[in-house]
Amino acid sequence: MKTAVLVFPGSNCDHDAYHALKHVVGVDAEFVWHKSSSLEGFEAVVIPGGFTYGDYLRTGAMAKLSPVMGAVRRFAEGGGPVIGICNGFQILLEAGLLPGAMIVNDSLRFVCDFVHLRAVTDRTPFTRGIPEGTILKVPVAHYQGNYYADERTLSSLEERGQVVFRYCDPEGNVTRESNPNGSARNIAGICSEGGNVLGMMPHPERCAEEALGSADGRRLFDAMVAWLGERSA
Amino acid sequence: MKAKIYVTLKRGVLDPQGKAIRASLSHLGIDGVEDVRVGKFMEITLKEIGAEEARRLLDEACRRLLANTVIEEYRIEIGG
Repeated sequence: MKTAVLVFPGSNCDHDAYHALKHVVGVDAEFVWHKSSSLEGFEAVVIPGGFTYGDYLRTGAMAKLSPVMGAVRRFAEGGGPVIGICNGFQILLEAGLLPGAMIVNDSLRFVCDFVHLRAVTDRTPFTRGIPEGTILKVPVAHYQGNYYADERTLSSLEERGQVVFRYCDPEGNVTRESNPNGSARNIAGICSEGGNVLGMMPHPERCAEEALGSADGRRLFDAMVAWLGERSA
Repeated sequence: MKAKIYVTLKRGVLDPQGKAIRASLSHLGIDGVEDVRVGKFMEITLKEIGAEEARRLLDEACRRLLANTVIEEYRIEIGG
């Protein structure tokens, strides 16, 4: 079972993702440079956080044109699991692999803190076995994480079970106060219609071990490994 | 030939920067400003091509890269 961690100019959470996969969860992981146009041999893809191309023009706007994104598109169309974290989520939005867009946080501040997430669906490879209503403690670190989509798209996301995580308080209540960036309907993560592509602003790779203040993030990667195991069985 | 491209947030999309600027203007005592919306301005130098071709090409550039039409709209001015 081999997983790909994409690396763009300006990625900076690539080593965290690699560490979580390889040394915490214990699956094979390899860095894939953004110039590569193939993901042959990989069973899952992580698009890590960072500031690809210095966030020029818009977050993720340049990275969506990298050759590897064509391979990601084909990989996703084939049902392969893809997770985009933070800037990785922004890249997936810009690439049109997920609907909506990111705007500046409503506080106009870079937010760097632990937040709580309420799991909304277990239909993705990364949330399989995490029951609806589970509360996860995961950090965020971003300036443009204010998820926007028009009302019709938001309703369609909800109807089709594409909302995966919402910001909530420690008790699991989805409130205005627990929303760190102004995201529409407290959305912290969404998936594709097929469920195999997940984008989320919070960083599960930064909280995969108790020493980091929370090990909740590990559950997403464990879920992915279990999902891949089931698929190949 | 030069072209100008204005990329602005769609009506209805929150613009926190614009809101902060509006508040600062009123702190300066510059009243009478109802709303501020912040956008991008790009000045483009084109190769020697016709105006119609330029418009077609820049429209494609906006749709595919320069603007994100989920949240932004764009306006192209050619010439000058």
